[in-house]
Amino acid sequence: MAKTYFTEDHEWLRVEGGVATVGITDYAQEQLGDLVFVELPEIGRKLAKGDTAVVVESVKAASDVYAPVDGEITEANASLSADPSLVNSAATGDGWLWKMKLANENQLDSLMDEAAYKAHIG
Amino acid sequence: MTGDDTRHLPLEDLHQVAGARFGAFAGWSMPLTYPPGVMKEHLHSRDHAGLFDISHMKLFEVAGPGAIALLNRACPLDTGALQISQSKYTFFLNEAAGIIDDLIVTRLGDDRFMVVANAGNAVEDEKHLRDLSADFDAKVEPLDRVFLAIQGPDAWAALARAGIETGSLLFMHGVEPRQNWFMSRSGYTGEDGFEIGLPERDARDLVARLLEDERVQWIGLAARDSLRLEAGLCLHGQDLTPEIDPASAGLMWAIPKDIRASGHFIGADALRSIIERGPSQKRVGLKADGRQPVRAGAALIDADGNPAGHVTSGGFGPSAGHPVAMGYVNTALAKPGTKLFADVRGAKIPVDVASLPFTTHRYRKG
Repeated sequence: MAKTYFTEDHEWLRVEGGVATVGITDYAQEQLGDLVFVELPEIGRKLAKGDTAVVVESVKAASDVYAPVDGEITEANASLSADPSLVNSAATGDGWLWKMKLANENQLDSLMDEAAYKAHIG
Repeated sequence: MTGDDTRHLPLEDLHQVAGARFGAFAGWSMPLTYPPGVMKEHLHSRDHAGLFDISHMKLFEVAGPGAIALLNRACPLDTGALQISQSKYTFFLNEAAGIIDDLIVTRLGDDRFMVVANAGNAVEDEKHLRDLSADFDAKVEPLDRVFLAIQGPDAWAALARAGIETGSLLFMHGVEPRQNWFMSRSGYTGEDGFEIGLPERDARDLVARLLEDERVQWIGLAARDSLRLEAGLCLHGQDLTPEIDPASAGLMWAIPKDIRASGHFIGADALRSIIERGPSQKRVGLKADGRQPVRAGAALIDADGNPAGHVTSGGFGPSAGHPVAMGYVNTALAKPGTKLFADVRGAKIPVDVASLPFTTHRYRKG
């Protein structure tokens, strides 16, 4: 059964079988505005929590999306190359950014659940 | 500038009601986007009419028997040759011919002129003009106005429906249609449009009438930037600075030939020697190959890896449908079609030198 976690940096992770699918929240995509480009990560790249995993570019600015936990990239959402606006229209669905194999599942304990995240964004 | 000094637009409440997202620009809290978002706002301005609150910009009235002489000194302009109601794009230059600010001067009467200056430079501009005015019989008066722009192919019709006739006013002309109003056919989008300075109470009336028209929508600063960049128009502080002269910026069209040769404006000698030896860099358009934007500050290199210049403005052009940018490159590389690379976070993004603008200007010239 998949479980969804949230970070203070407005990312979500859906974890199933030691692999997390990661994206940005609806709140984050609203703040960024219309996305025009997503710089996707290389498969196999090892990330430590806090490393820049993806750069999302809106009309106006480029913003880093950080790895919420340690792990290795197993997949990047290739459909964003053709249609970066999926992140705006379906931030928590088809607009996912990457998948990563978790290096340390204990790190999930420090993340928020949906109720805590909702309180966080007020 | 600390948060406490942030200035607020007189119509801020209207932007809040309209759902604006605010951000800081040049010391002001400005509406960056409204609920439709930058992409739709941008396209709406090209297709219909965008309404912009640009009250952060400053209007100065310069008047007196010495007004022409003052402006001839402050700007590389043949001020006395302006017809009444004619506007000219010009600059304040420093002694090195660097651009202190770019502005628009409109002749209102025999010895009365309107100067519209940028928000970020308003304080410095006022001091500069006032210091100069000590030597001339002219007064410099900053005006307390709301300043609105309405831009796009439906702008004139929307104004007409709101009771403002614009019929005979042509591009780069300005008039005073009512007490304490200043209206010019001008803008910062490449579209036909108007800029109107007026008292707050009148502005609230006008905005209410304009927004009853479905062709008119509030447009934020984010789309204002993408619109002007597609139109190849410079932003002072990025594309123009006190270290950049009009020849390097490709703006010599704004300086009449005889003024170049014999004008007594500040920076005249420096500009003449720059023209004589030729500028070492020139402002150009830059078109990226793919979808990845190149942005201000990115270094440019040539095909052999040598430094070629840098990007001063960059983003995505919603009407162009691709990333758009401008910057400065070594004069030898300024020809459209020249292949360069932009360094974006360590990756080399291919960019072509492109002619400006990226979208055709649609001004009403006659």
